[in-house]
Amino acid sequence: MKEKTTDQKGSILSPFKAVKYLFKKPRTLRYPFERKEPALRYRGFHLNDWEKCTGCGNCADICPNEAIEMVEIPEIEPKPGEKNERPKLDYGRCCFCGLCVDICPAGSLRLSRDYFHIHFDTNTFAFFPKDEKTDKEHFLGPEQYSILKASLAHRKENYEGFTSDLDYSLFEPQRVSMPEVPPEERKLSFIEQVIGYNKEEAKREASRCLECKLCEEACPAHLKISDYIKAVHEDKPDESLKKIFEDNPIPSICGRICMKHCETACSLSIRGESLAIRWLKRFVADSIKDYETTLELQAAEPTGKKVAVIGAGPSGLSIAYFLTLKGHKVVVFDSLPGGGGMIRIGPPLYRLPLEAIDKDVNHIASLGVEFRFNTTVGKDILFEDILKEYDAIHLGIGTTVSRSTKVKNIDKAHLALPFLQENKIGSGTKVGKEIIVIGGGNVAMDVAREALRLQYMQYPNEEVVTKTVSLEDWDELPATKEEIEEAKAEGVQFNPGWGPKEVKVEDGRIKGLSCVKVKSVFDEEGRFSPTFYEEQQTLLDGDTIIEAIGQAPDFSFLPKELFEKLEFTPQRKVKVDENGMTSIPKVFAGGDIVNLNLDAVTAIADAKIAAEGIHKMLCKR
Amino acid sequence: MEILTKKLNSQTGTSPRELELYFGPQHLGMVGNFSITLKVEGDRILEAQANPGYLHRGFEKLMEYRTWIQNFPMVCRINVVEPDSMEMIYAMAVEKLAQIEVPERAHFVRSICLELARVGSHLFGLWAYANMLGFDTVAQWAMYHRDLILDLFEELTGGRVYHIYIWPGGVRRDFPSGFKDKIVNTLHSIGGCVPDYDSTFFNNRLFYERAKEIGKLTQQQAKQWGATGQTLRATGMPYDIRKVEPYAAYDKVDWDVPTRDDGDAYSRVWVIRDEMIESVHMIFKLLDAMPEGPVYNRVPNPFKWKIPKGEAYVRCESSRGELGLYLVSDGGDKPYRVHFRTPSYPHGLIVLEKLLKNASIADVGNIMISLYVVAPEIDR
Repeated sequence: MKEKTTDQKGSILSPFKAVKYLFKKPRTLRYPFERKEPALRYRGFHLNDWEKCTGCGNCADICPNEAIEMVEIPEIEPKPGEKNERPKLDYGRCCFCGLCVDICPAGSLRLSRDYFHIHFDTNTFAFFPKDEKTDKEHFLGPEQYSILKASLAHRKENYEGFTSDLDYSLFEPQRVSMPEVPPEERKLSFIEQVIGYNKEEAKREASRCLECKLCEEACPAHLKISDYIKAVHEDKPDESLKKIFEDNPIPSICGRICMKHCETACSLSIRGESLAIRWLKRFVADSIKDYETTLELQAAEPTGKKVAVIGAGPSGLSIAYFLTLKGHKVVVFDSLPGGGGMIRIGPPLYRLPLEAIDKDVNHIASLGVEFRFNTTVGKDILFEDILKEYDAIHLGIGTTVSRSTKVKNIDKAHLALPFLQENKIGSGTKVGKEIIVIGGGNVAMDVAREALRLQYMQYPNEEVVTKTVSLEDWDELPATKEEIEEAKAEGVQFNPGWGPKEVKVEDGRIKGLSCVKVKSVFDEEGRFSPTFYEEQQTLLDGDTIIEAIGQAPDFSFLPKELFEKLEFTPQRKVKVDENGMTSIPKVFAGGDIVNLNLDAVTAIADAKIAAEGIHKMLCKR
Repeated sequence: MEILTKKLNSQTGTSPRELELYFGPQHLGMVGNFSITLKVEGDRILEAQANPGYLHRGFEKLMEYRTWIQNFPMVCRINVVEPDSMEMIYAMAVEKLAQIEVPERAHFVRSICLELARVGSHLFGLWAYANMLGFDTVAQWAMYHRDLILDLFEELTGGRVYHIYIWPGGVRRDFPSGFKDKIVNTLHSIGGCVPDYDSTFFNNRLFYERAKEIGKLTQQQAKQWGATGQTLRATGMPYDIRKVEPYAAYDKVDWDVPTRDDGDAYSRVWVIRDEMIESVHMIFKLLDAMPEGPVYNRVPNPFKWKIPKGEAYVRCESSRGELGLYLVSDGGDKPYRVHFRTPSYPHGLIVLEKLLKNASIADVGNIMISLYVVAPEIDR
């Protein structure tokens, strides 16, 4: 370095070497005749695919300049997983940082390579970004587009710049995997399949929540999901449980078997895996040993009114909880020896252990609800007597009768519900080595997987087979994908697209099931009306057949004159008004006999409505 | 130049020729929103007082009201000319506080990005300096070549001036396909013009006469007044944070710290020239040594991101000197306190005032620009 410091003073003539540049082409571009294309990642004006956008509002939340506002669009119909709001940009504030692009769970918001907007009206700088799909008017093809007219209202189509990339997104698309007992091990017993998150895993999973609340609108019971998830993330399970109990008194049950409408709506599920909302609820319910001391619930002053709840299923338990807190005396009747209703007999032990049910039921009982188990209404106590004695009645009876295919010799087969009940709270069924389950829904999956476990327990080290047969083909199987995958992993065989025709019987014992190939299951209007290719037939071998093709409610406990008064909807559901009351005065209803979802969380939602309705009616008198 | 006051001998007891002059913020010789109040007698400056504040935006306070991730698009605005070192230092501080690991490749991408920014910034400085001295031809070349660097940034980050690219956890996107070759080609085409720069500017007798012995300071003074960067290196001290406290991938390749011994404007501008060439060589070496792999470790969900209680001081070598950031977290989702130590602060407020004493009015711009002062860094 030293020699550099002895400076050469330089020459006066040397600068003249630059004269050669006089004869070179100029480097400047004569805009707009010569134009430099912006780079492929250019961060220019926004683009938003309105069809993909869910209105979740994460872009507005992350914007450092508050340049994005979510505005309600009346033309858009809100539906589960989609709000009728869309982002509105203010280019007086936007700094084109692109954080909104990196947080967009749907990937609908992108930046384009346009950057020209000149206008005398400053209001034009605030606008709703769209793209060429939904806005043909302002996005123009190469023929109509002219750079001289370029503005927010005159943009080039297919001119995407900075776009979302899941590797660099600000949200985590992968969920924390749930530890499970492997299929080879779990199929040998009724051990609970899902082990559950530990505290660290739960906190990590909860940290993925973007708090957009799409889930809360999708949940039939509108649980305050983002609040209770946030409490999990902040390591406050107590607060989380209190939030859950505002809307759902059976978290231990729902945390295991909820149909999770919330997770389907979760904005993370659009391009990644949805937040494990159900497992987080289970984590909260399981991590708190004793609900009573945590919740410290106080019932209101006794009103002196008495309410009878028929059926101790999710809707019955919920309404008993809500009404007891309001100060009413609630008595719950159920024919089973314990609480839970269909939940007690339906979901197999590997999915919902009895202790989980009893935890929720015992807590509700501790609030002062009187449970009368082993009491069948219509037999042990007459409905007319209940109607006379109580101020209001709630029917949450569920669908308790298994339907049958009624094919030839089917009387030799088992029905799903008695089968499940026998194995869950009874002494267990003796099964054969080759079982055929008829049906393709979730109950059929439960039956098949339970049958498989029974086979492994009854015939250790022997070859056993469980197969299902269903009218629906692979792509239209009504069971959830998750269930089908788990059943497959355990070794259940599937025969989709076959309709049962006749049970083959030899010497009074089942030999198999002959089936016909299904042409279509539904007619053109979407009604259930199967058609078959009569010439294509097959025989499935088997020694045990279980039918799991659906359930129906049993109203035999209602006296004839009352049943005639009971009105039904066209879908054969009990008709209720906005307060949850049936066409019979002071008789309310909820759960599977009312809604089409046929799940626990919708039953809770029905119970919330009916509880308000009953409370209103009782207070008025 | 506007004469504001003319103090009379009878009132102040000083020479009747003494004047107070406002140099900037609106002045042809001034680069940036900055002004100097000069007390002159004839052509000689008796006293100079730097007046910052024309560009005060309160960034340090604003950052206390924004979440950790929302601050990231804002820090770059503190230094308009070279935003990348600002992004880098914020990312470094957050990574230190939140204990976030950065993938190996991201270190290289960051270093390449920072060196490109340094070349761009130096070219911009060369434009300002040459322009001020009246070497318009060289100024135009420097501006054109800076534009080529901005084209590279546009391709890599999507922005030309504010790149918003180096963020906590790594960088925001990997190199686009063919980007390595583009860097090499662009730098070769700029490098090919170095002889022209030399003959037209650096070896020009007029530049020598104009800059030699102007704004001279000794190594002792430079240290005492808090000077860093070129100002310190031009006094013969090879002090560079990239060597002293290596960050990113600066310890992965070999490179030199260019110095000069005289401490005057001439030496400072020569250090800038040598540094550009060194940076280009370093980029080539970094490109060769760059490993494959991811460039980003995902940071926690921005809506729930809380950083444990603590404080961090990190520093890096910006194109102007030592840049420091003191960041405090109280365990919340926003910084509790942010403070930047920017190199232009001592250069523009202390060194400049001292060097202007006894200088001639014609050298004010010369000294100021050779100190490489960027006004937004002082004000923040």
